[in-house]
Amino acid sequence: MLNKILEKISSSWIFFIIVAVLYLILLSVNFPLAKDTFFKFLELLQKIIPVFILVFIFIFLSNLFLDSKKIAKFIGKNAGIKGWLISIIAGILSVGPIYMWYPLLADLKEKGMKESFIAVFLYNRAVKIPLLPMMIYYFGAAFVVVLTFYMILFSIINGLLVDKLLKLKFKKPIKT
Amino acid sequence: MTQSILKESLIKTLNGFKQVLPIILGVIMLVSLSITIIPKSFYESIFTGNKIIDPLFGAIIGSAATGNPITSYIIGGELLAQGVSLLAVTAFILAWVSVGLVQLPAESLMLGKRFAITRNVVSFITALIVAILTIFTLSLLC
Repeated sequence: MLNKILEKISSSWIFFIIVAVLYLILLSVNFPLAKDTFFKFLELLQKIIPVFILVFIFIFLSNLFLDSKKIAKFIGKNAGIKGWLISIIAGILSVGPIYMWYPLLADLKEKGMKESFIAVFLYNRAVKIPLLPMMIYYFGAAFVVVLTFYMILFSIINGLLVDKLLKLKFKKPIKT
Repeated sequence: MTQSILKESLIKTLNGFKQVLPIILGVIMLVSLSITIIPKSFYESIFTGNKIIDPLFGAIIGSAATGNPITSYIIGGELLAQGVSLLAVTAFILAWVSVGLVQLPAESLMLGKRFAITRNVVSFITALIVAILTIFTLSLLC
């Protein structure tokens, strides 16, 4: 019976239900903390709505204008340097929390975006131009320049490593 | 462009969003939970002053923590003021922005389990390497 119910509920809803159960447990154990957490959730949700709309528009436009051929040309397996540059710049320019970009990346991956470019995009989200003055205030300009340089450089290394590791096939042990 | 293509793209986008909505909501709930449960003072109590263990702790805590990067800069600044090494703080802020344990379930569901785990493990290791290289380069420059 439980198996049949679980089959009908998609994995995304199972994840949501698990987190909701955590909230219910917290509510029964510590009501003030649960209240604070819920208000924090509402605060974050309010902040995220504009990004959510932005990502929705991007996915809509990608569905409208980008087909597998175009994706392959710009960010596909044979995109070359162009693909690396697009992923780096898009990652740096993207705004909002990282998880808001998963739906768009999943959509582009389905259309043929190379996985190493997804890794590069996600790594470059660490380089945030509007936050640089804040970082300079805390750590100094030299630190920020050196760190930003290495972050961009290592985003490429990160992408290459992810690509290589994903291509690894593990041999099954031979039964004797 | 015909109206039917526009409608088709819109329906496709809406259907896609209907599928990811519970994941996004779940992640926001999880992020809110970790922000309220873990006090900022917790981060300060972790570091011991050990030059080898502290950067590793910094990267581990940064990976588990979540929130706006600005929060990591503020905590990082406070940690520096309390005598924690710049190497440990750098590993901490790098892992904070590039590794996401809280977001891992969502990343796995949307981009694939193998991809998500591989990317996060590689990002964790590179956070440590970038931190070491940054401090080494700074020591040469300054």
